[in-house]
Amino acid sequence: MTAPSEKPGGGVPVPTTPVGSTSGAPAEYPPASPAGRGMFGIHGSGDVSGFGGLVRPRKPIEESPRPYGGYFDEVRDALEEAYPAFGDAIEKVVVDRGELTLHVRPERIAEVCQVMRDDLALRFELCSSVSGVDYLGADERRLHAVYQLTSMTYRRRVRLEAAVSAEDPHLPSVTSIYPTADWQERETYDMFGIIFDGHPNLTRILMPDDWEGHPQRKDYPLGGVPVEYKGAEIPPPDRRRSYQ
Amino acid sequence: MTTSNYATERETTEGKVFTVTGGDWDQVVSGTDPINDERIVVNMGPQHPSTHGVLRLILELEGETVREARSVVGYLHTGIEKNLEYRNWVQGSTFVTRMDYLSPLFNETAYALAVERLLGIEDEVTERATTIRVLMMELNRISSHLVWLATTGMELGAINMMLYGFREREHILEIFEIITGLRMNHAYVRPGGVAQDVPDDAIVKIREFLKLMPKKLKEYEDLLSGQPIWIERTKNVAVLDVTGCLALGVTGPVLRSAGLAWDLRKTMPYCGYETYEFDVPTHTDGDVWGRYLVRLAEIRESLKLVEQAVDRLKPGPVMVADRKIAWPAQLAIGVDGMGNSLEHVAKIMGQSMESLIHHFKLVTEGFRVPPGQVYVGIESPRGELGVHAVSDGGTRPYRVHYREPSFVNLQALPAMAEGGLIADVIAGGASLDPVMGGCDR
Repeated sequence: MTAPSEKPGGGVPVPTTPVGSTSGAPAEYPPASPAGRGMFGIHGSGDVSGFGGLVRPRKPIEESPRPYGGYFDEVRDALEEAYPAFGDAIEKVVVDRGELTLHVRPERIAEVCQVMRDDLALRFELCSSVSGVDYLGADERRLHAVYQLTSMTYRRRVRLEAAVSAEDPHLPSVTSIYPTADWQERETYDMFGIIFDGHPNLTRILMPDDWEGHPQRKDYPLGGVPVEYKGAEIPPPDRRRSYQ
Repeated sequence: MTTSNYATERETTEGKVFTVTGGDWDQVVSGTDPINDERIVVNMGPQHPSTHGVLRLILELEGETVREARSVVGYLHTGIEKNLEYRNWVQGSTFVTRMDYLSPLFNETAYALAVERLLGIEDEVTERATTIRVLMMELNRISSHLVWLATTGMELGAINMMLYGFREREHILEIFEIITGLRMNHAYVRPGGVAQDVPDDAIVKIREFLKLMPKKLKEYEDLLSGQPIWIERTKNVAVLDVTGCLALGVTGPVLRSAGLAWDLRKTMPYCGYETYEFDVPTHTDGDVWGRYLVRLAEIRESLKLVEQAVDRLKPGPVMVADRKIAWPAQLAIGVDGMGNSLEHVAKIMGQSMESLIHHFKLVTEGFRVPPGQVYVGIESPRGELGVHAVSDGGTRPYRVHYREPSFVNLQALPAMAEGGLIADVIAGGASLDPVMGGCDR
């Protein structure tokens, strides 16, 4: 038993969770969910202003009407012509901020990539990037694999997006079409747990081999190194006091 | 050989042991495979002076020939992308600058361009801010290529080159220090513009540098270009053609050294690069020698760009006019780097309650970014640096992904190394110019 003065903080009682720590920060209440409510993270008490009742509605992603403008119409038409299963494979076409996004059914992603690469009117030779986004709470199929394709011939860019659920996070690998996707799919697997079927060696790449969990998922618990300063411990970033 | 009447064999921890009871030695010896036994696996790195930081290579060697090469990355993973999700949009620039530590200004600019596109304020970024970004990026490209030249020189036996490369880089770092307050990790390019204006003494310093650098480049060429050892070590080494580059996603000087003039500054211009006059140097051999020539030529082109940018600098604001986005603190450079200007602090604390509230809100809470996603690609010294940024409408990034050229390009290492000599693994790896801070993020 130590004397009170030897305890950290000189024996002053320290609350286990700092004031305001249930801030409703992303990992706890992802802003994408209906829980993205309130302005100052106050829950239960203290709010007499009515701000806590504010709810920010999140609009679902909507299909863009034609014409899209720019080269987007050409890309869509070329893909529709070259790929007979277009209607089945493409869920949505979204044009936003001057960028074209094709939402693709996950099991069709490799086929679409093949057409995008090989068709003479499309010619997306370079797969610039493969990564993931976790839309926890906003989408039932919360894990999205995102592909950025670049056509060097036509100097165009297009984004493909395929959504899978966390329970069945499978979609075909595009490594046989774009070998450059190899490491990038491994990173996406490592960070989000999306499983790319047919990948030659789908192992972790950035995290250690024996790591548990997929850190970029929104429900991944944040640890944080306990930093002690005068008895108070700095909580992990998602449990610090913050604005919403 | 499985069984023999003359020599029984058994496995021990030391290896195979034969008990010879007389007979034919040839038969006994043929039981071991000299070719297979000569194959050794060498673990190179992650702590090796020639692996550019903490890259680990696993090489299967047959004599001096590399049969298989595999690279292992991730030793410098710091979770920057995840960390960004718990900071507001402006704080993000402080994080991304630390990814690829040899080209911090590219990381920042790519991030700023992505946030600006999400905000829809691309057209509102002032001309002066854009010109300063170009100026800083091109200076940064030179400093990055100088480090490449320095380290590759050292790895291939030209130790002098290392001293010279770092010596000239020091000039650029001094310029950066005058402008941003720091030699690296600047957080200078912010969403909406740049943190502060370029002071006059920096312009003087840049002009001095522009005068000095061509002479130095001549010196490097005198030192390396005609040198037989340098030529031996680089020509026809680690060849990768255009097909190989595209399949493996390799961009930047490596792709251009194979003959494809793909430079995002020309092909998908940003920051007004289409209004500058410069060339895209290429080479056709796709070997280390070609990459060396391309990078040297790129330094010259960057000098041209810096000169044009300095000439273009006209007085004006360096941040967007929208006070709901522009960082409220008027920053100033003190002895310990960049910080809040004391005058500004005195004003908001002493005179204007409104300013204080505004300052507090914007600094602690940050601005909101409309929901959506964008992808911005720029030409970094190593190739296409892409930022995929997603916003959910809040004050913090929902997801930011960096398409790091170091990470993608490193995939090409086995293609370059396998079948070659082990010494050429070093030359090939160095010619990719990987920066592990960027690769692992």
